[in-house]
Amino acid sequence: MPALPGTTAVEGGLPDPVQDAQVIFRGVMNAFARPGTIADLGRPLGAPAPLIPAAAAFLAALADLETPIWLEDCSEAAASWLTFQTGAPFAKEPEAARFAVCSAEAELSRWQRFPVGTAAYPDRSATLLLPVRSWSGGHPLTLIGPGIETSRLIAPAGLPEGFLGAMAANAALFPCGLDLLLVCGMEIMALPRTTRVREA
Amino acid sequence: MYVAVKGGEVAIRNAHRLLDDRRRGDRSVPALTLEQITGQLALAVDRVMAEGSLYDPELAAMAIRQARGDLIEAIFLLRAYRTTLPRLGPSRPLDTGRMRIERRISATYKDLPGGQLLGPTFDYTHRLIDPAMAGAEPIEAPERRPCHPDSNWPRVTDLLGDEDLIEPDGEGAEEPGDLTRDPVSFPTDRAVRLQALARGDEGFLLALGYSTQRGYGRTHPFVGEIRIGFVVVEVDIPELGFSICIGEIRVTECQMVSQFTGNGSESPRFTRGYGLVFGQSERKAMAMSLVERALRAEEFDEERLAPAQDEEFVLEHCDNVAATGFVEHLKLPHYVDFQAELELLRRLRREQEERSRAAQAAGADETREVAE
Amino acid sequence: MKAFSGTDDTSDARRGLMGALALASGKLLAERYATIEAEVPPAIAVRGPEVGLVMLRGRTGGSGAPFNLGEASVTRATVKLESGEVGHALVLGRDTRKARIAAHLDALWQRPEWRDRIDRDVVEPVRADRAETARAMAEETEATRVDFFTVVRGED
Repeated sequence: MPALPGTTAVEGGLPDPVQDAQVIFRGVMNAFARPGTIADLGRPLGAPAPLIPAAAAFLAALADLETPIWLEDCSEAAASWLTFQTGAPFAKEPEAARFAVCSAEAELSRWQRFPVGTAAYPDRSATLLLPVRSWSGGHPLTLIGPGIETSRLIAPAGLPEGFLGAMAANAALFPCGLDLLLVCGMEIMALPRTTRVREA
Repeated sequence: MYVAVKGGEVAIRNAHRLLDDRRRGDRSVPALTLEQITGQLALAVDRVMAEGSLYDPELAAMAIRQARGDLIEAIFLLRAYRTTLPRLGPSRPLDTGRMRIERRISATYKDLPGGQLLGPTFDYTHRLIDPAMAGAEPIEAPERRPCHPDSNWPRVTDLLGDEDLIEPDGEGAEEPGDLTRDPVSFPTDRAVRLQALARGDEGFLLALGYSTQRGYGRTHPFVGEIRIGFVVVEVDIPELGFSICIGEIRVTECQMVSQFTGNGSESPRFTRGYGLVFGQSERKAMAMSLVERALRAEEFDEERLAPAQDEEFVLEHCDNVAATGFVEHLKLPHYVDFQAELELLRRLRREQEERSRAAQAAGADETREVAE
Repeated sequence: MKAFSGTDDTSDARRGLMGALALASGKLLAERYATIEAEVPPAIAVRGPEVGLVMLRGRTGGSGAPFNLGEASVTRATVKLESGEVGHALVLGRDTRKARIAAHLDALWQRPEWRDRIDRDVVEPVRADRAETARAMAEETEATRVDFFTVVRGED
């Protein structure tokens, strides 16, 4: 339940909303065009915890009135900040989410409840923001698919238990499915529904 | 073969420069101001706002000036402009029951509570062009008469509703569909139809409304009430936790009382069509309410035979920006398309000639055979 | 989320203030604001003024289910004072100056030492102006009231 915002909610937004949003959009677009590569979204905003800086920047640029956000882990300050900065409503159920901010201990069984689009409108699906501890030190994974010339090796640390199974199930839904954005600090890595993830 | 054609840049540039010149016209005549357009061509501004689906009198006036008075072009400009702005939220539904009345009439009750107020109407004028319009004669200030500050204007439909003689206002989803966000799929619902009609072309709706009166989807309409005036706009502000008034807009509302419905189990009662339009747009609101009622044919088990009852036909063709785009695109280069058609036609002609030559030759052979 | 109901006296009064500022003519509001501007703590811009749209809704039949009638241009602004108060404004139209002034007044009004001054020097004059405009229209409209009289024919 967000309280009425103090000054924290109205501060720490995009300093130059039009330009900054375009820079972030371009970063996200490039990340999705080249799955498995790391993109930097620039200077962090003043978003309250537990919002990861890259997730806050992504939402500040892309969320609006028509993109309900679902937060797995939330503080009042973070909710007020998002309300003022984006105008986006909060999805009460995962089914209503367009953007979902997962917690570090993401509950993967919930992923089946996010919208995956329909055959006629596969775009009406959720984009998940999943925090990782770091871009290296985890289990090595091989990525193949559009935007990857042959294959690409990644090893993010801190992926949730059962991640590979969830990604395989998601890939099987194509052209429907979820799109994933791993976030760490101000950096992101996209794993769109077209990318197949395997143990290396 | 596909042939890309380049060129025409200079011609286009000069054409636009010529357009600027012709728009401005005689430089010794003062340029139109936006105040002149919003003040003295107010109903043109209202139409552009209604069909442009954007309430902003000053922008509509700019669009009318830029379009040289071509209202559909002005509507197009307004529609294009609105796509550049972020939507900050929906308003709370306007409360037309609490309108500051500028005009209010009923064709069903002479002595309705609150009375009949003509307001600034063309009705009862003689439709003779007034020579005064060629000049700038001083105009008298309007007559004023004291009135009660908190006048009450009960709606005619509520008077009938209190006796259960008319269907209620109509229920539906609390979050209405929005055709500017989701493509329309048929069958649709009343909320989406009302949105489409509110921004639909006045001429198209007028013709369709007229067709229902002439028997193409007859609904036996009476104007229960028309009211024009100002309503406040309230918006919920999430960061404040309450709703605030953000200003006032002028709207026209028409309640069209239509023929009975009812069956063995349900008592007969009037049905209704609804019209609500930005600005002072009485003709549009009336036409809208006629068509809105006709489109509910299925709801009342009426035969659906007329164009005005066919929601796909009405909704797919009532938008003048869509219509003008598709009609007017025909003037753009179709050189390759047309070459293909021409090539096909020539081949058909060639083949036909060959067939008829062959038939003639065969005919000649037969004649010879018979002769032999 | 809090219920949108104007839950207490302060939010009711603040709603009243914001509504009065939104309904004010931009020109008069600027004139009245100019009379206090030099004395008041300045506004620090937080967001906007920026132009956007609000989707206006009607109700089927006047009071039935909501439908989307069409959009209106709006301008919003958020400012804060050095002392921390945050002022918001959302007004119909594209008058960015009006939105900025309204947001500043909303922030100032939250400071008790400024509330009376703003009510007296800004809110009351713009309210009175609007009341006069509304009264003029009502009286002009009233003059067009139809007074029917029925001609009775025949006996009884």
